[in-house]
Order: sequence, then structure tokens, then C-alpha cells
Amino acid sequence: MKIKNILITFVSAIAILLSTSVVSFAKVVGDKIVLGAAISLTGKYSSNGVHTQNGYNMAVDRINSMGGIKVGGKTYKFDIIYYDDESNPKRAAQLAERLISQDGVEFMLGPYSSGLTKAIAPVTEKYGVPMVEANGASRSLFTKGYKYLFAVLAPANLYLDVAIDLAVEKNGGKPVKIAQAFEQDAFSQDVRLGILDAAERTGSKIIIDDKLPKELNDMAATLAKVKAVKPDVLVVSGHTKGALTAIRQIAEMKVDVPMLAMTHCDAAKLSKQHGKNAEYALCASQWHKTLTYKDDFFKDGMTYAADFQKEFGYDPPYQSAESSAALLVFKDAFERANSFDQKKVRDALAATNMQTFYGNIKFAPGGQNVDKPMVLFQVMCNDDGSKCENKVVAPTKWASAKLIHPIPSWSKR
Amino acid sequence: MDFLVFQVPMLTVQALLDGLLLGILFALIAYGMALQWGVMNIINIAQGDLVILGGYIAYFMYLYGIHPGWGVIVSPIIMYFVGIGIYKLVINKVVDRDLFISILATFGISILFMQLMNFAFGADVVLANSNYGTTMLFDNSVTLPNSKIFSALISILFAIGLVIYMKKSKLGRAIRATAQNARAAKILGVDTEKVYAATFGINAALCGVAGALISITFTIHPYMGLPYTIRSFMIVIVAGLGNLPGVALSGMGLGVFEEFADYILGTEFRIGSVFLLLVLILVYRRFKLSRKREYLK
Repeated sequence: MKIKNILITFVSAIAILLSTSVVSFAKVVGDKIVLGAAISLTGKYSSNGVHTQNGYNMAVDRINSMGGIKVGGKTYKFDIIYYDDESNPKRAAQLAERLISQDGVEFMLGPYSSGLTKAIAPVTEKYGVPMVEANGASRSLFTKGYKYLFAVLAPANLYLDVAIDLAVEKNGGKPVKIAQAFEQDAFSQDVRLGILDAAERTGSKIIIDDKLPKELNDMAATLAKVKAVKPDVLVVSGHTKGALTAIRQIAEMKVDVPMLAMTHCDAAKLSKQHGKNAEYALCASQWHKTLTYKDDFFKDGMTYAADFQKEFGYDPPYQSAESSAALLVFKDAFERANSFDQKKVRDALAATNMQTFYGNIKFAPGGQNVDKPMVLFQVMCNDDGSKCENKVVAPTKWASAKLIHPIPSWSKR
Repeated sequence: MDFLVFQVPMLTVQALLDGLLLGILFALIAYGMALQWGVMNIINIAQGDLVILGGYIAYFMYLYGIHPGWGVIVSPIIMYFVGIGIYKLVINKVVDRDLFISILATFGISILFMQLMNFAFGADVVLANSNYGTTMLFDNSVTLPNSKIFSALISILFAIGLVIYMKKSKLGRAIRATAQNARAAKILGVDTEKVYAATFGINAALCGVAGALISITFTIHPYMGLPYTIRSFMIVIVAGLGNLPGVALSGMGLGVFEEFADYILGTEFRIGSVFLLLVLILVYRRFKLSRKREYLK
């Protein structure tokens, strides 16, 4: 019995020793730059979490196979440690702590969603770990004075304000009547703030302003009101559920609005799930494959989309594209800093000014990307509705099709 | 506060009809809950998750090119056996214990189901398109999606079918006997174990029907079950156990209440108002009980 006890003590002592020594490997092991990321692989964000992870992996493979990262005359390769944050902000913050203090990660990639990025940012900030994130668009992330947070995407308040400008333009420059319904989460409420700004700027009036609870899958009341008061534009943002519910009920209740603008259309596979009923919806997107931005690694959007399709078997949503772009930004910053010092890399990140296949990237002092406008696409179908495509209609510079306005009434569709 | 709904008469009609159709669907789920609560004295927190699972069955039929309308037949059959399975694995161990243990157990099942569905079907929000079209009333000012009408009709059909089954069939009578007095039923030769299993199976089957209808009318998602559990709980509390007309009435009442709360208080308070109503009713019932010294039954 005694011998067994001694043995157990001995073995566990060794195990503890080993585990502590293993932990001390850090950012750069041999020729590897290790990045850390908490990603939602399970839980309610898991599908977008996987899009994010696929985007990261695609870029890691591409950069590594095309020569890696050159720092101080030596070539390095990217490696990512992933943990599953279960779509839970508390868990994400814990994992960020663990990545930094146990795994010794000194550079981080962002999680999926504004909520989770908000949970992680204070941790990375505390340890001075530079984080490039690609999926947290909430405006509040960029007003807290974070120094180590960089987002390759445009902030949420810019998602749909273009649509209001467009509606005003189509109304002969006169103010419009806006009906809006937004889910009560950080992201959608920021989109709402953007609309409020745009309404004030154009003198437009908001006549319906509904807030959708998270569990809601019925918008009949909001839509009945829309039918009664006849706004010029209806704006809906409630992640994929909001988009799917809105299109279903707009079609079933035959709600006629001249313009319908929403978010998360491609994540919701709107045109696939709804076919012709989704036609004419305007959707805000961070990226579209037909945009003509270029870089050395992925060439352009079309090539990226084709390569992505080959590797993962589906058309890349913008969540994947922006995630890939995050790694291009990191590579660029490492090479310009020519060092692995966190402060130097942070300064290099702050000075980023580059073009990627995903768009131009240049960070404002708050950390958001100010050099990449949002695009709006419109769902357009062929006559029998068997094939629907997303065509960019605004801003005019990138437009590949002409906006159809006003939306034909249901009696003529 | 916004009283637009009363200023435009057509909106009032729309809200009323929407609420009624919705309420009938709620009542179907609540009827299942009332049944197994009455018979087995178990409050099933996983009720909503069974509904969502039923919805996924219809969704997968739709995905494979079968019209999701058939889901109202296929889904209950599959869900019946799922229900029996849950009973054999978990519920039969808690059926004679106190209410609290059964709540914990079904809460566990609920979490398990959510995660399993998320794991198996993914976290995407999905729906099944029935292409049933729309009914227009009053010169197009009131629109009723035919899918909602279909849901309500099917719900009524199943509810009536079940009432007849309970009255006429042998198992139905055994179930009612067990609900009245399990010990006496046992002494008189009713296999209560079998009755319990069947009851839970029937409840799951009703959830299956409701789920299929929800996937046709609204959207489904692995984590969307709880609001349906709460609503059915609330309906049963209001109606009392073993009171089918009461369940139907309070179901419709809740549907209309929700719809008007949405218009008047704002969409953000729609589900919140259900919770508030639940608290109020529980407080009221408690008040009444303390005067009458009676149990909920």
C-alpha cells in the first residue's frame, strides 16, 4: 500500500513538472508563430464559428505554402491553437486567459460575433496581446480606447445607412419614411444607431421602430403595422433568424414595401431557403466575391471563392473572407515590425495600410477598418425562380447590376 | 405604448385572427403537457425541445423533396417512439418521486436535446416551405397565411382525435383511470407502467405534430424550445389539469394576449409579457389556494 502511495505521488509530481514545462512554449516555437483563437464550434454560433475557422485555416495554409512570414531574415510559418468557446462570452474570456497565461500565446485572432469579441477584448488588452479580429463589428468595441484591438471589418453602424441614402436618392432627394425592426443584441442595435444617424442626416422619419426579442420567430405584428402605415423602406436586422422570418412572413402576408434592406442574407442562405420570395431584398455585406480588390495570396475575390469552394465545398460567406484577411494583416504587420515584440507588432498593426482581396485595410485609432465601405447587394432571380443570385448594386463604384426600385407589388410577382 | 392596433380596425382583426390561430397551436402543445402532467405528475421542461425535434423531422422531409405537410403524420410516429425511449431511459426512474426531481430530470433532458440537435443539425435557423399561399380577407387588408390556417386545422383535428381516443379506446380509458387514481387502477389490473410509457409517447407525438407545424409556419432552431415550454406550462396552469376545453380556451387566449401585447407594448415585450402573466397568475392562484386549502387539481 505504502509503495503504491509513493509511486502515485512520484508519478503525479513528474506529471506536474512536465505539464508546467510544456506550458512555457510561447508565440514562436522553432519556425512557428503560434496564434490563439477561441472559436464557437458548438452552441448557437457554431455555423458562423466554422465559417470563421475555415477562413483562418485557408489563409494559414496559403501563407505557409507561399513562403511564410519573413522576420529578421528567417522564415516562419503560422500555426493556430483553437479552443471551443461554446458560443458563451464567459467561456470565451476564460479561454483567452488560458491561451495567454497557460499556452503562452502572444498574438490572438478574434472569435465570432460582437458579443464574444467584447468579452475577450478586455483580457487581451490587459496582457497587451495584439488581437486582429474579423467578426466583431459592434461600434462599442471601438469607442473603449482599446489599444491592442484591430478589426478588419467596417463597424456595424455602417451596415445599412447606405440603404437609407439610396432610398432618399430614389425618392428624388426628399426624406423618406422608415420602418425598422431590430433584434436586441449588441450588433443589431448598432445597425439601428446607424439608421438613426442616417435618418437624422437626411431628415427622414422613423415611423415604426420595433425591437425583436432573441427567441422570437414571429414578426406578424410588425409586418401588419408596416402594411398599415406604408413606409418607403423597411429595415430588418436580427441575424439569420430575423432575415429568414422576415422574408417568410413578408411573402405570406403580401407586404408591399418599395425597399427592403436587411443583414445576414448570405449567412441565412436566403435565396436558397426562400427562392423567389427573397427576390429584391437588399442586403448589407462586408464583402462580395465580385469586388475587384486584389492581393498576392488569394489574387481576387473570384479566385478566393473558387479556391474556398474547392477546399470546403461551399461558397464562402463574407465571414470566411474577412477571417482570411485577418491573417494577411498579421503577416504584413510582422514583416513590417521585423520583430516579435508585442509592442512593435502592435505599432506596425496600427500603421497598416494595405489592400487584400477582401478590401483595403487601414485602422482608425479606435481599431476599426475605415478604408473599406460596406456593399449592398440585391437578390435577383431568373423568371421561374430556380436560380437566384446576389448582385452588388451599391456603392455605384462596385455595382455589377442596377438596383431594382421600387420592389414590384406582390400582385404582380 | 402604442394604440395603433385599435385605431386601424383592420389591424385589430388581423391581430385577433393571428392570435387565435397561434393560440390553437399553443393549445396542442399544452394539451400534451396537461396529459402527462395529470397522469404522471411530471412537469416536462423538455416539452419545447421535443417540439423542435419534431420540427426537424418535417424539415428533413422537406429537404429530401417530400412536402413538409406530410410531416404532421410522419413526425408524430417517430416522436412517439422517441417519447417511449425517453420514458424507458429516464422518466420511469423519476415518475413516483416528487415534482422537483422530475423538473430537474426533464431540465437535463432539455439541455441534452438542445446540444444534440445543435450537434446533429447545426446551429442554422431553418424552415420548411409549404407554398400553401395566402388567404386575403376584407379587400386584401387582412392577410392570413394558409400555413397558419393549416396549422390550426391540424391542431384541432389531432385534439379531437385524442379526445375520442381517450374516451373510447381501452388504453385511453386506462390512462384516464391512472390519472384519477394510479393505485386503484393498478389494483384493478391496469399496467400503469405501460400506461405511463404510452402517455409520454402520446405527449411526444403531439409535440411532433406541433413541431412539424411550426417548421411550416415559422422557423426552427435547436435553442428555440424554451418559449414553447413556458407557454404550454402557462396554459396548463391557467386551465387546470384534465380540462381540455379550458386548455383550448386558455391557449387561444394566450395567443391573442401575446399578439396584442406585441402591438401595444412593443415587440420586445411579447415574450416578456407571457412571463409576467405567468407570475401574476401563479400569485393569484396561490392567493386563491391559501383561502380554499386545495391543490391545483
